[in-house]
Amino acid sequence: MSQTVALPRAFELPGGGRLPRLGSVDAVSLEGRAAELAKRSIKRESKIFALDLAIRMIDLTTLEGADTPGKVRALSAKAIRPDPGDANVPSVAAVCVYPTLVAVARRALAGSMVKVASVATAFPSGQAPLDVKLADVRAAVEAGADEIDMVIDRGAFLSGRIGEVYDEVVAVKEACGGAHLKVILETGELGSYDAVRRASLVAIAGGADFIKTSTGKVSPAATLPVALCMIEAIRDVYDETGLVVGMKTAGGIRAAKQAIQYLCVLHETLGAEWLTPDRFRFGASSLLNDLLLQLRKQRTGIYRSPDEFTLD
Amino acid sequence: MSERLPVRKTYKLFVGGAFPRSESGRTLEVEGYNVARASRKDAREAVVAARKAVAGWSGATAYNRGQVLYRLAETMETRTDALAAASSGRREVARAIDRVVWYAGWADKLAQVLGSSNPVAGPYFNFTLPEPTGVVAVIAPEEPALDGLVSRLVPALVGGNAVVAVASEPHPLAAIELAEAVATSDVPAGVVNVLTGLRAELAPVLAGHMDVNAIDVTGADGDRTTLEELAAENVKRVVRAREEQSPWEIASFMELKTVWHPIGR
Amino acid sequence: MGAVEKPRTEVAAPASWDYAPSLEGREIVSLERRYGLYIGGKHISPKSRSWFTTISPATEEPLAEIAQAGQKDVALAVGAAREAFRTWSRRKPAERAKVLFRIARVLQERARELAVAESLDGGKPIKESRDVDLPLAAAHFFYYAGWADKLEYAFPGRSPKPLGVAAQIVPWNFPLLMLAWKIAPALACGNTVVLKPAETTPLTALLFADVCRQAEVPPGVVNIITGDGSTGAYLVREKGIDKVAFTGSTEVGKAIQRELAGRDVSLTLELGGKAANIVFDDCALDQAVEGIVNGIYFNQGHVCCAGSRLLVQESIHDQLVRKLKRRMATLRVGNPLDKNTDVGAINSSAQLERISELVQSGIDEGAELYQPPCRLPEKGWWFAPTVFTNVAQSHRIAREEIFGPVLSVLTFRTPDEAVEKANNTMYGLSAGVWTEKGSRILWMADRLRSGVVWGNTFNRFDPSSPFGGYKESGFGREGGRHGLEPYLRFE
Repeated sequence: MSQTVALPRAFELPGGGRLPRLGSVDAVSLEGRAAELAKRSIKRESKIFALDLAIRMIDLTTLEGADTPGKVRALSAKAIRPDPGDANVPSVAAVCVYPTLVAVARRALAGSMVKVASVATAFPSGQAPLDVKLADVRAAVEAGADEIDMVIDRGAFLSGRIGEVYDEVVAVKEACGGAHLKVILETGELGSYDAVRRASLVAIAGGADFIKTSTGKVSPAATLPVALCMIEAIRDVYDETGLVVGMKTAGGIRAAKQAIQYLCVLHETLGAEWLTPDRFRFGASSLLNDLLLQLRKQRTGIYRSPDEFTLD
Repeated sequence: MSERLPVRKTYKLFVGGAFPRSESGRTLEVEGYNVARASRKDAREAVVAARKAVAGWSGATAYNRGQVLYRLAETMETRTDALAAASSGRREVARAIDRVVWYAGWADKLAQVLGSSNPVAGPYFNFTLPEPTGVVAVIAPEEPALDGLVSRLVPALVGGNAVVAVASEPHPLAAIELAEAVATSDVPAGVVNVLTGLRAELAPVLAGHMDVNAIDVTGADGDRTTLEELAAENVKRVVRAREEQSPWEIASFMELKTVWHPIGR
Repeated sequence: MGAVEKPRTEVAAPASWDYAPSLEGREIVSLERRYGLYIGGKHISPKSRSWFTTISPATEEPLAEIAQAGQKDVALAVGAAREAFRTWSRRKPAERAKVLFRIARVLQERARELAVAESLDGGKPIKESRDVDLPLAAAHFFYYAGWADKLEYAFPGRSPKPLGVAAQIVPWNFPLLMLAWKIAPALACGNTVVLKPAETTPLTALLFADVCRQAEVPPGVVNIITGDGSTGAYLVREKGIDKVAFTGSTEVGKAIQRELAGRDVSLTLELGGKAANIVFDDCALDQAVEGIVNGIYFNQGHVCCAGSRLLVQESIHDQLVRKLKRRMATLRVGNPLDKNTDVGAINSSAQLERISELVQSGIDEGAELYQPPCRLPEKGWWFAPTVFTNVAQSHRIAREEIFGPVLSVLTFRTPDEAVEKANNTMYGLSAGVWTEKGSRILWMADRLRSGVVWGNTFNRFDPSSPFGGYKESGFGREGGRHGLEPYLRFE
């Protein structure tokens, strides 16, 4: 009679499972590849396409202690019509604010296609009891947020309590209801690309619709190699399960040139089907004006001045 | 017909890539000019600037350090006249410049001559690498005013150290002219710092400073013993010139690190 | 799990995003209509009265007329080098160093111009000539400049002296870089040189003559003689040479070695390779794919140390090959002067024929070919990046050097088997090992019979890092302290 051996509790079978293998990431090679992709020289019509696309991918963001309804209203107007001097310039993807300002943003954006994204879960540190974090999410959803940007518990992650990180993502996803969930990894605190990959896979397993690099409150925020690392994790998930998870880079992207580099990384790693705001976002504020400036320069052939564009 | 009045140079300290006056406001009249008389606080600031600069300088590739020092030779060459006027003359300047070029060429060769792969008796890969010690204080010889400083400064720089130098007390102008060449080359701010003033005031401060890793006492002459006693407080490496020019002069400002790693399937 | 995909914005993703051409301007290079031989510091017409044309392999357009050096021209060049040696070898080493530092600086100053010329003449992407060839060439001169007056430290206890006149023959895959690898150490050690660039890529060597003018290299210290294989043969047979340094095919290397038998001429050879790129199942997978791609498609595979054999651990074969094929599809093949080009033109029609012949043999012998869809230009010589799976150790594509963008994939099960297969070749130039386990990298490095072992990387070069082969990949080292030795004699 055969006997099945009971595996010790919490024993993980190596090499199996629904998700791609964890694996390691070689930092030197990853950074080398990102640097090579950054060298792409995008000109003329391909540049105009990229600038227009980047504008459509922006989550126009204000996350300051000093935010007021007035500030959010001004930002929302900018989000709908970034360039008052050119009706051809598209709206951005979303406006991103704190939960207390979601209702204001919602009213200001009514009638447009621009979404309301809200941070939640005790953004940016995530250092609060779970019930407080979930209440934060629910409040934002009730106020009308279409998208929720949560932060993972880095304290749990860095002390090895990966299961807790996972459980939290699952709980937040549930609290989101129909709202889209973006999970912020805060890559600048994770310490290595191996950790970024691990966090990416955990977030995806927990139900993330998008994974996001940073809160923008910690330096370093988004970098090209970190984005490439996360995009490779997204690709592995897509290859092995068919699941589509989006990517958002946030923090430190101020120049159009940088935005285009991220698009090249996205394009050459995942393919042209990913060049849509449904699958990629830039969390940014000052980037928008540089995109407008570069777009006008491309169309007119003349170097522009930042003064030509509104500060909202 | 009136003679043209030349614009006289103000000789200040060189700290953190800038030329500040002494915080004490004091000057000394030397060689016909008012020269800043650095204080203990200036010395302290210089050490802070040097420490800040070490990470970047030691983290640069050896090739980059070599190129930067070669560029220093370039900026010195175009300043030959000013340097000659502040030292014993053009021959000393040519010697100093060629010395910079000589040491610049060592940057990317040190590991090959000072380091080694060691054949240990076991399945381990074992190698020894030279690394810069960190912040080095240099008490420059009184003479030659330029080449004396260069012959101690550059071997310390090549390996990746940042330096706080006390210029020759009787002939400090050459050191500041050199600092101007440094400031207009690609040497990062804080990697080279030059203090002018009284050796007796400045050397002991640096010798006792707990955040200085090594002190070169070639120019200290009679004060050596005091300085060596002070240096013991944080086990500073005490260095003195043994040869005029040699990779072993570089080595005296370097640490050696040995690394083991198993070899196995 | 993730939400169901529904379009949430007005504009859908595009079918493709085509990058507009971003061309590096050619105007930065001004080419003469015709180039004589550079001998004794002057440009002179060949006594052979024979000329040939150098063309751009991307467009087949003629670029310039080049002198074909005959036996008398070769003798003249060697004589000029001998004459110059008298003074050059006696010059103060610190002063020789300064000449070499100047050359390094001028190469940096004129880097863009030379990079464009290199891409025009040889077909490699401007991205590579600009970011790899030129910086390394300048760095090589910079590195060896520093040794010129420090030889006693490189060889303690010995008295190093120059050999005399070095005859140097370089190939067409890295024309200017190989010139730097030859000339820099030779001059640093006090020798003078007669260098013959490859027939299809003479331009940057001829432009280098102008660099020598700007650096004030004394006449006769560097001599550049152009021509085809016969020029090289004359050079090797010439009586007045003290050394031959050759980089090129193993076949020609053997011929040179035979020619020099019994003569008192020092020799170093840097020949072909069939490097194994060994990938273990615990590698950093996406980065290993980058390393494989870089190993064989960099410079169109025209690299002696190319990772032309992928030895992948059987357990990850399928997954790796899938990723590899997908990655190959993002390689941009096209105009070498387009900054976005990853893979340029094949250097000559002769080389294209060789590649095609071997690829056909792969198909005939039963290996499975894959090439990503590729729009190749009408004119010029091109070959799409290619990978063969199901390759056996006995297939020609696993044994012979193809020198093109063609990768052969084989499998192994254990580290011992990987070593065995990797070493099972007459070549021994380089190898790559991909695993996150440090001890295994060192264990493999210990056992691989190659002159260069790259751990978790590939195709890395540095002037301080000695490069050269085992077995029929040649002997002697270029780069590093060891790279001085071939250019010295010791009393």
